[in-house]
Amino acid sequence: MGLESELPDIPIITTTVEQVVNWARRSSIWPVTFGLACCAIEMMAMSCSRYDVARFGAEVFRGSPRQSDLMIVAGRLSRKMAPALRRIYDQMPEPKWVISMGACASVGGVFDNYAIVQGVDQIVPVDVYVPGCPPRPESLIYGIVQLQRKIDQQKLRAVKHA
Amino acid sequence: MDSTALAAVLQEAAPGAAIEPAPTADLHTTIYVSADDLPAVAQALRDRPDLAFDFLAEITAADYWPRQPRYEVVYVLVSIANRLRLRVKVRLPADDPHVATVCRIWPAANWLEREVWDLFGIAFDGHPDPRRLLMPEDWDGFPLRKDYPVQIRKTPNAGQPLQVTEEEFRQNVMKDRLTRG
Repeated sequence: MGLESELPDIPIITTTVEQVVNWARRSSIWPVTFGLACCAIEMMAMSCSRYDVARFGAEVFRGSPRQSDLMIVAGRLSRKMAPALRRIYDQMPEPKWVISMGACASVGGVFDNYAIVQGVDQIVPVDVYVPGCPPRPESLIYGIVQLQRKIDQQKLRAVKHA
Repeated sequence: MDSTALAAVLQEAAPGAAIEPAPTADLHTTIYVSADDLPAVAQALRDRPDLAFDFLAEITAADYWPRQPRYEVVYVLVSIANRLRLRVKVRLPADDPHVATVCRIWPAANWLEREVWDLFGIAFDGHPDPRRLLMPEDWDGFPLRKDYPVQIRKTPNAGQPLQVTEEEFRQNVMKDRLTRG
């Protein structure tokens, strides 16, 4: 019917630990519930039934950074908010990833002024940048798929420690 | 009550105060008060039964740089009993702009004055809690001043992650257990 019909007579498959670990990690990227501005609305749309990011295993938005793997920086980051963002990032357990969602989070966007951090990569290490103002849910799903590809290529010994 | 009539009533309530009615395009009753007379005028505005401006709706400011006097602090008052709205303006110079607080007359002024201090650098003498309100505590400068460089680049302060040794970590856990009983 499914996978089991493809199995050989002896129900064993051979693989590497690295592949299994990466498969497990990329198949359940749980983002932290963290929205800063209008991009967060698109992020919510992405997780709802119409776009349904559950297809990619990333639908469980956790209320605590300690249960999260991914931080989607959805919106412009003000300088006053920067320490709070860094603190949430520091509380997430390794391995963790960051998606910078939208023009404001990536480069400051239209807010070229004293109050807004011109790119969250000054605060936290970013894995994927999603362009758009705001990006449509499809774009963000594409960003998550790109992140999954990145996780797939990760070597077990070389997990980053930012 | 138009601004001229109101100025006359106020003049009677606060003798010697420099009060002048001001024409406005939006027909909003507006008076100018000198900074020194503001406490007496504010007290009269709130306490006289024919005025009874018991609701301070807003305090804001304007920077007319390079004009002198440079700043104007604007108080928007509402009299619920008499169905009046009033705009009180105070002109302040560019050097060391400061005016007495109205926190003791309208407690709502507390955060509003902190906001004006934060963004315009206008000091409110006698304020009970003169800290910044919107900008980070260690901010340098007053962003809504006309001569403030808006597109400045500064290194954002992200704070340092909390680093504890294993010993401290265990002590914290023990302390937590003890406080929970």
